[in-house]
Amino acid sequence: MESSIFRFILRHSVRQQIVLTLMTLASFPFLYASLDLPKRIVNEAIAGKKLPESFLGFHLDQVSYLFVLCGLFLTLVLVNGGFKYVINTYKGRLGERMLRRLRYELYVRVLRFPLPRFRKMSPGEIIPMITAEVEPLGGFIGDAIAIPVFQGGTLLVYIAFIFIQDPVLGAAAVSLYPFQGWLIPRLQRKVNQLGKQRVRAMRQIADRIGETVSGIQEVHTHDTASWHLADLSHRLGDVYRIRFEIYQRKFFVKFLNNFINQLTPFFFYSIGGYLVIHGQLSFGALVAVLAAYKDLAAPWKELLDWYQQKEDNRIKYEQVVEQFHVPDLLAERLLREEEDVPFTGALAFRNVGFGEDGGSAILEGVTCDIPLDGHTALIGVGSGRDELAQLAARVLLPSSGQIRLGERDYAELPESVTGRRAAYVGATPYLFAASLYDNLVYGLRHRPLRENGESGEAAARRKDRQTESILSGNATDDVHADWIDYAAAGCDGPEDLKARILRVVTMVSLQDDVYGMGLNRTVDPEQRPEVAARVLEAREAMRAMMMNNPDLGRLVERFDPDRYAANATLAENLLFGTPVGPIFQTDALASNPYMLHVLDKVGLTGTILETGHKVAETMVELFAGLPPGHEFFERFSFIGFAELPDYQAILARTAKEGLGALRPEERTRLMTLPFKLIGARHRLGLMTPELERKLLEARHLFARDLPEDLKHAVAFFDPAAYNAAASIQDNILFGRMVYGQAQVQSKVGRIVAELVDQLHLRDTIVEVGLDHPVGVAGSRLSAAQRQKAALARALLKRPDLLVLSEATSGLDTSSQTKVHAAILGERKGCGLVWVLHRAGLARAFERVIVMKDGRIAEHGRFDELNKPGTLLHELVSAE
Amino acid sequence: MSIAEEVNCLRRIPLFANIDTSKLKLLAFTSERLSFRAGDVLFQQDEMGTCAYILLRGEAEVVVTGPGGPLAVATLGSNEIVGEIAILCDVPRTATVRARTDLETLCVPKDHFLQMIADFPQMGLEIMRSLAHRLEQTTMRLREVLAAQAT
Repeated sequence: MESSIFRFILRHSVRQQIVLTLMTLASFPFLYASLDLPKRIVNEAIAGKKLPESFLGFHLDQVSYLFVLCGLFLTLVLVNGGFKYVINTYKGRLGERMLRRLRYELYVRVLRFPLPRFRKMSPGEIIPMITAEVEPLGGFIGDAIAIPVFQGGTLLVYIAFIFIQDPVLGAAAVSLYPFQGWLIPRLQRKVNQLGKQRVRAMRQIADRIGETVSGIQEVHTHDTASWHLADLSHRLGDVYRIRFEIYQRKFFVKFLNNFINQLTPFFFYSIGGYLVIHGQLSFGALVAVLAAYKDLAAPWKELLDWYQQKEDNRIKYEQVVEQFHVPDLLAERLLREEEDVPFTGALAFRNVGFGEDGGSAILEGVTCDIPLDGHTALIGVGSGRDELAQLAARVLLPSSGQIRLGERDYAELPESVTGRRAAYVGATPYLFAASLYDNLVYGLRHRPLRENGESGEAAARRKDRQTESILSGNATDDVHADWIDYAAAGCDGPEDLKARILRVVTMVSLQDDVYGMGLNRTVDPEQRPEVAARVLEAREAMRAMMMNNPDLGRLVERFDPDRYAANATLAENLLFGTPVGPIFQTDALASNPYMLHVLDKVGLTGTILETGHKVAETMVELFAGLPPGHEFFERFSFIGFAELPDYQAILARTAKEGLGALRPEERTRLMTLPFKLIGARHRLGLMTPELERKLLEARHLFARDLPEDLKHAVAFFDPAAYNAAASIQDNILFGRMVYGQAQVQSKVGRIVAELVDQLHLRDTIVEVGLDHPVGVAGSRLSAAQRQKAALARALLKRPDLLVLSEATSGLDTSSQTKVHAAILGERKGCGLVWVLHRAGLARAFERVIVMKDGRIAEHGRFDELNKPGTLLHELVSAE
Repeated sequence: MSIAEEVNCLRRIPLFANIDTSKLKLLAFTSERLSFRAGDVLFQQDEMGTCAYILLRGEAEVVVTGPGGPLAVATLGSNEIVGEIAILCDVPRTATVRARTDLETLCVPKDHFLQMIADFPQMGLEIMRSLAHRLEQTTMRLREVLAAQAT
C-alpha cells in the first residue's frame, strides 16, 4: 500500500486529476470574463462612455447594447455555474471512489493480517480507522492537485502582472512570501504532531469503549463503573487539552498570516506613496499594483488553506496506513488463487516450532506425521496442543520448521485448498449474526457459483454496480449470487442440502434445540403453504386427541369463538386474534378509538373502567410497600414502580370525587390495566360470568365491524386457518396452556412432540428452526449450542482433515458421549485430529500424540504407549 | 378460588398466622396455583427443589425411599406446608410427596419464600417451630415402623 497520500492519489487517479485540472483551467477564462463584464456594463453601456461603433458587425444603440451585455452576463453566470457543478460532481465522485478503494484495501489488509496480530489490535481500534478516520480524505482527494495548480497558476499570473508593471513594487509585493513559506510549515509542524496525538488518543478511547461493551458483565460484577468513568474522563480530558492546543496554534497561524498579508499593503502605501510624492513612480502604476495585490491575496490565502488541509489529511492517511503495514502479512495469492491439491497421505511436521515474536516458544521441534485417512488424538500437559491443532488446520503458520503435504509446503497452499479441505473447530467458535442456516452453510460459501437469475432492471443495476466496483478497485463478485457449494457438502441441490443439514444437526445433538426454536417461530403461510397446511393437520390431530383424552383436555384450553378463554388475557379474548404491528397491542387498546367504540356499543366502557380501578387498587395495595427495582414489579405487577405514584394520585382523586371526575388521560390509564388480566392466573375475582358474556359480545362485534384499513392489524383465531402472526406451537395448540396444572409445559411439550412425530412434521419444524437468528456473535444461543453449531458447520463441508480442539467442552457428559461417537463414526477413514481434555478418550483413536510443554513426548498407538512409565499411562491412571 | 379465599386459607396456617393481610395477599398473588390429581407426584426425593407447597385442599403423603424400599412417613392435610426444607437449605428433596386425594396447592417459589422470611422474622420463628414439630412426628413414626419390622 502507498505510504503517502499523494502516491496513493497519483497511482490510482492520475488521469482523473489531469482531467480535473484541465477542466478547472478551462473554467478560468469564463470566470475572468464574468468578473470583467459588470465593469463594462456599468462603464460602457449604462454610463455610455465608450459605446462601441458596432458589436460583432451589428450596429447597436445604447439600450440594445445594454441588453446584449446583460444577456451575455446571464450566459456567463450559467456557464460558470455549469462548470462548478460539473467540476464539483466530478471531484465528489472521484473522492468517493478513492475513499471506497482505500477502505476496501484496508479491509483486504485486515483479512491478510497474520492471526497473532489480532491479539495486539482490538476491533475498537481497527473499525474507526476504516470508517471514521479516513472519511475526510474523500473530500480532499478531489482538491489535492486541482487547487494548487489553479490557485498557484492564478498567483503566478498576478505576480507576473505586477512585475511587468514595476519590478521594484513587484518584489515588494512578494517580499514576505519566502518568509511566510519558511515560517508557516514550522508552526504547522507542531500542529501536525498534536494532530497525531489526537488521533492516537481517540483510538484509545474507542478501544476503551469497546472493552467496556465486551466486559460489561465484569463492570457490574465488580462495581468498577466509577473507575471506568474516571478513566474515560481522564482520556477525554487529554483529548480536550490536545484539541484546545491545536485551536490555539491553528488560529495563531491564521493570525500571523493575516498580519503578514496586511504588512505588504503597509509597505505599498508608505514606500509607494513616498515614491509617488517624489515623482519617482506614477500614480496610475501604484493604483494598478495595489489592485493587483488585492487580487493576489485571495489565491495566496487559498493556497495556505490548502496547505493546512493537505497536512491534516496527509497525517490522517499516514497514521491509518502505518497501522496496516504489518510484517509477514499473508500473501494475497493465498486468499485469491484457485487450486486443487488432494489431501492424501500425511501431513509431515518437520522440526516445527511456533511462538510469538519476543515471547517464549509455545511449540518446539515438533516432528511427526499426521495421517489424512485416520484418527489422531492429541493429549498431554502444558502448552502447545491447541497450537499444534491449529497448525495442522493451517489456521496458524509455523514460525520455524516446515509442514509438508506430499511435495508441497503446507504454508504455501492457497486457502482455496486449506480452507475447503481442512476444518478447525475450537472451544469458543464464532457465529455470525445471521440465521442458524446461514451459519451452517457458511463453510460452503467460497466463491459465487451460480448467478441469481435476475433479469431486466435488476440485472442492469447489478451491471452498474459491477462497473463501479471495477472503477474503485473493489471485488466484483455478486454477493447476491448463489455461493453455496452443494457439491462440497456431497449434495446435488438445495433440497438435498437440507436433508444433509438435518443429518448433521442430529449428529451433533442439536436437533432438539433447533426443533424448539422452530416451534417458537412464525411462518409466512403464503411463502410456505405446505408448512402451514401440515401445521393445521397437527392442530386437527391435537383437537381429536384432546377430545378423546380428557386428561389432555385439562392441559390446554382451546380457543372457541363462542367461549371466553380463562387462560388468555382479556385483550386476547376481545381481539380473538394476535395483534400485527402496534395498533392493537395490549397497552394501546385503551386508547384505540375503534376498540373504545366497540366497548361503548356493548355497554362495557363503564365496567372496564371500574375493573381497571379495582386492579389499580389491588396493585397499589400489594406492591406499594416494595422497594424500587424489586423483581416483583417486572414479573407480577400491572403497574411499574415509576408509575405507582401516578396511580396513587388517581385513586386518591376517585375516592373523593368518584370515577366520573377523572380526566380523559386518567381514564385511559385505568382502562389499560384490565386488558392484561388473565382470569385463571390472576385470581382477583374480577372476571364475572356477566362480564365474560359481554366481552364475547364485544369480540363478535369487533370482528364484524372491523374497518377495512384495520384488517391488517390483527390476525384472527380461526380454527380452520393458519395464524401467520403466531408461532407454530401456538398454531398447533390453538389455545392456551392451562394455569394451575403441574408441569403443564413439559407435558404439553411431550404431547406436541408425539404428534409432530406421528405426522412426520419434525423435519419441517427443524427446518423452520434453522431460520432462527443466532444474534450478535451467536449470543442468542447457549455456549453448548454454539459449539454444536460450529461442529455441524465443519462437518457439513466434509473436510478431508477435521481438526477439533476441545470442541465439545461445553456439552453435558451424556451429549458429549453421543456426539463423540457420532463424529468418530462419520469420520471413519477420513482425517481427524482431536485435542482431548481426557486422556482416556484417546483409546478410540488409531494414533496418539502426547505433548509435554510444547514438545512431543510420546507418539504411537494407544495400547503400545499405555504401559507403566509412560506419560500417557500416567495421564490415564490419574483420571 | 380467588386470592381472597387463598389468603383466608393461609391465615389458618400457623406459619402465617401473624403476618399482615396485604403481605399474605402479595404472597398469594405471586405464587402459582397448582392442582394435582390423586396419585400425582408433587416432587421426587433427591431432586433439587425450587418451590414449597401450601396445601389448600386435599391430602398428600410423604414417602421416604430407604434401603428397604419406599416408606410412607406422614400424611399432610389442608393448611399445611411441605417442601420447605429443600428450599430453605439448598439440599435435594428429602422425601417424595404424592397427592392422596385430588389436591389444590399454592406453589411458593424459593426466592419469594426466602424474601418473606427475611422481611418478617416472626415467620422464621414459626418455621422453626413447625419444623421441630414435624421432626418429632417423623421420628416417632420411624420408630413405630422399625418396631413393626423388628417383630
